[in-house]
Amino acid sequence: MNWIAAALIGGSLLLPPFLAGDFYINLASQILIAAIFALSLNLLVGFGGMTSLGHASYLGVAAYISALVTSRYGFGHGTAAIISISGTVAMAAFFGVIALRATGLGFLMITLALSQVLWGLAYRMSNVTNGDNGITGLTRPAPFGISLDNPVSFYWFALIVATIAFLAITVFVSSAFGSSLKGVRDQPRRMAALGFNPRLIRWITFVYAGFWGGVSGLLYVYYHKYIHPTSLSITSSAEALLGVIAGGAGTLGGPAVGAALVLLLKNYASAYLERWNMLLGLVFLFIVLVMPAGIVPGFSRLTAALRGKSP
Amino acid sequence: MTGPALEVIGLRKAFGGLAVTQDVSLVVQLGERRLIIGPNGAGKTTLFNQISGDLRPNSGQIKLFGADITRLPPYKRAQRGLSRTYQIITLFAGDTLEHNVSLGLLGLRPSRWQTCWPMSHYPDIAAEARRALDAVGLLQLADHPISDIAYGERRRVELAVALAQRPRILLLDEPLAGLSNVERSTVKTLIASIPRETTVVMIEHDMDTALDLADTVTLLNYGRVIVDGARDVVVADERTREVYLGT
Amino acid sequence: MQFWIIQGLNSLSLGGLLFLLSSGFSLIFGLMRLANLTHGAFFMLGTYIAATALRAHDGLNLWVMVIAAGFAVAALGGLFERLVLTRLKTNPLGQVLVTLGMSFIISDACLMLWGGDSIPVPTPQNLQAPTRMFGFVFPTYRLVLVGLAIVAAIALYFLLERTRLGAMIRAGVDDRQMARAVGIPVSNLFTIVFCLGAGIAGAAGVLGGPILSAYPGLDADMLPLALIVVILGGIGSLLGAFVGSFVIGFIYTFGIALFPELAYIILFLPMIFVIAFRPQGLFGRVGA
Repeated sequence: MNWIAAALIGGSLLLPPFLAGDFYINLASQILIAAIFALSLNLLVGFGGMTSLGHASYLGVAAYISALVTSRYGFGHGTAAIISISGTVAMAAFFGVIALRATGLGFLMITLALSQVLWGLAYRMSNVTNGDNGITGLTRPAPFGISLDNPVSFYWFALIVATIAFLAITVFVSSAFGSSLKGVRDQPRRMAALGFNPRLIRWITFVYAGFWGGVSGLLYVYYHKYIHPTSLSITSSAEALLGVIAGGAGTLGGPAVGAALVLLLKNYASAYLERWNMLLGLVFLFIVLVMPAGIVPGFSRLTAALRGKSP
Repeated sequence: MTGPALEVIGLRKAFGGLAVTQDVSLVVQLGERRLIIGPNGAGKTTLFNQISGDLRPNSGQIKLFGADITRLPPYKRAQRGLSRTYQIITLFAGDTLEHNVSLGLLGLRPSRWQTCWPMSHYPDIAAEARRALDAVGLLQLADHPISDIAYGERRRVELAVALAQRPRILLLDEPLAGLSNVERSTVKTLIASIPRETTVVMIEHDMDTALDLADTVTLLNYGRVIVDGARDVVVADERTREVYLGT
Repeated sequence: MQFWIIQGLNSLSLGGLLFLLSSGFSLIFGLMRLANLTHGAFFMLGTYIAATALRAHDGLNLWVMVIAAGFAVAALGGLFERLVLTRLKTNPLGQVLVTLGMSFIISDACLMLWGGDSIPVPTPQNLQAPTRMFGFVFPTYRLVLVGLAIVAAIALYFLLERTRLGAMIRAGVDDRQMARAVGIPVSNLFTIVFCLGAGIAGAAGVLGGPILSAYPGLDADMLPLALIVVILGGIGSLLGAFVGSFVIGFIYTFGIALFPELAYIILFLPMIFVIAFRPQGLFGRVGA
């Protein structure tokens, strides 16, 4: 990894609360949340070779469980978080068993179908989820008594969680298990012949990705203090996938960069355009046709070339 | 351990209407060197794929060291000591030779489930991998990516990966295919030097190349066993000549 | 009793529509190994075209629109296939992503052009009167729809099993490399099949208009149903699409009627069973 770039990025992440106004700090928080979501998806897509179009399921379900448990049943945030993540992980375990019966495009279709079913449920079960109105009036937690209601303290909270997520995922993919995961991604038959259990390896990764997807969902609902079925939509999954691919699937930091770009684009585009979805679609086409490997690999190839050229 | 290493009993496999394996039975004893020959399309690789678990037979039985493995998935067969090489090289092109062999070693170790420490945390794996590469004469290229080395060298890496696991039975799928004469004799020497603790079953479609490595020979044609027995007996059998000259 | 009959007929007509939608999807997946996520949008485009045209020109009839919209959507599909999909032959994931992108573009374009309100598609005049049979009253249009779906199924069957084009398609589905090797123009075949699939979807959209109306989100409602049908029935199998469509038609219709809140879960269950016990689908020959 390029240490200079890492130091620069790390340093710049510490700056927003000191330099920027509330609007930008909030934007930065949203970027961190999107980054965690994209990093969790990258476990599946980039390192596991399993392209999922239903990852929003984990964000949405975690968010909804937390919202319901705190607002309907009056649980505290700590308990709610535990219930929410446990529920999300259980769902990931279950979905994983179903979806991993297939690979490649079949897997993609099944994850899409499962997530669409959840989305439909969120709309229809309105006595539970409040349907199209969403669940409003939610609160943010106050870890160790520190309120997260102002943008700066929420930003630090999000930054800490994002850093933990990044480190945890990096350790995971660099470990011996991570090596076996990448091996299964590239040559599943050979790995099986060597003694690795491809299905179990994929399933474990799937569940871990669901875990971090759920964590991003908690941050999401804390930030917005509101949850709506659109968070479970295919657009939500597609934005994350675009972030992963645009940033560079299978790189450690690429998806975070990609997610940041998608979010910034969405923010600025919606100021000028009504039609974010159409722009998203066009960006998809552009990225896939022009830069299929993503920005980060392209950039590192560029810097390598520059370094190679200097005497 | 006295029984046969491998028993195939009445194996049948058909793809749609095409019968690729028809009632194939064979027995390979411990430490034996078996050569399976037959013209292209005889069903040799399909047979191997059923033994390694990549394909499910329609009917019949496969026993490894006396235990029925017919329904076992490939990774469980590997854990019982089965190792194989492939006709098409399936190494990880972007990784080093050492990494490729290390990954092979990791497959049978509990540390493969380890989600904290990287492979480099286990220096014994790297040492073992280098030893295996040395045994095939490629230690000097250990840190090169696979994409850098020649085809003949890749075949030797395949062999190193399979042998590093110290398998009890080794399936070699056309190990000499596509090699120059020099490379061929290098690989043959390597195969000949495999210790007798490992039973070896080889496929070659060219009868002459690997004959001197074999104790026993099985001749397949159109998915059936035509002749089966000691090498010299099979070579002398007129059915063998028929199969090869008749095509 | 009338309730059950009506729901039964609704199930059949939904099944018929789903067959028209998913047969194209299944063919495209079977031949091109492409999960065409634009398929729902192609359907919706057909519905919107019909809705606008019929609203603007009183004299036009629905059947003309079926052909016209079918061709229009087929043409759009063909352009997309030639300009975008062919560039991504070595990138199957990329192909899926661009079909997703295209579906977003089409659905937003529809929103832009036709606004957020739902636009009804009038039922053809001569089919508006209900039919009386066996002492029950049936909405005539739905009966006709079921009939049309069966006719389309037979036509597609003949196309695939009895024509040279069909033989080439089946060869391509079974073994693409081999088909190319024997001289079958596989890339032209891809374009033809993609156009065919898109066109049928567009035509189905028109036919579904009187029942569903054109509304934003129609694509998002139809696509998962098509996916579930194909997962259930098996990829590349026309029979699977046929059976699967009617099974899902029944489950969805009765589910919505009897347990509206749980309709999606009820859809979900047969899909889980099939994937758990028969991942290639009920009739699938091609592995997913």
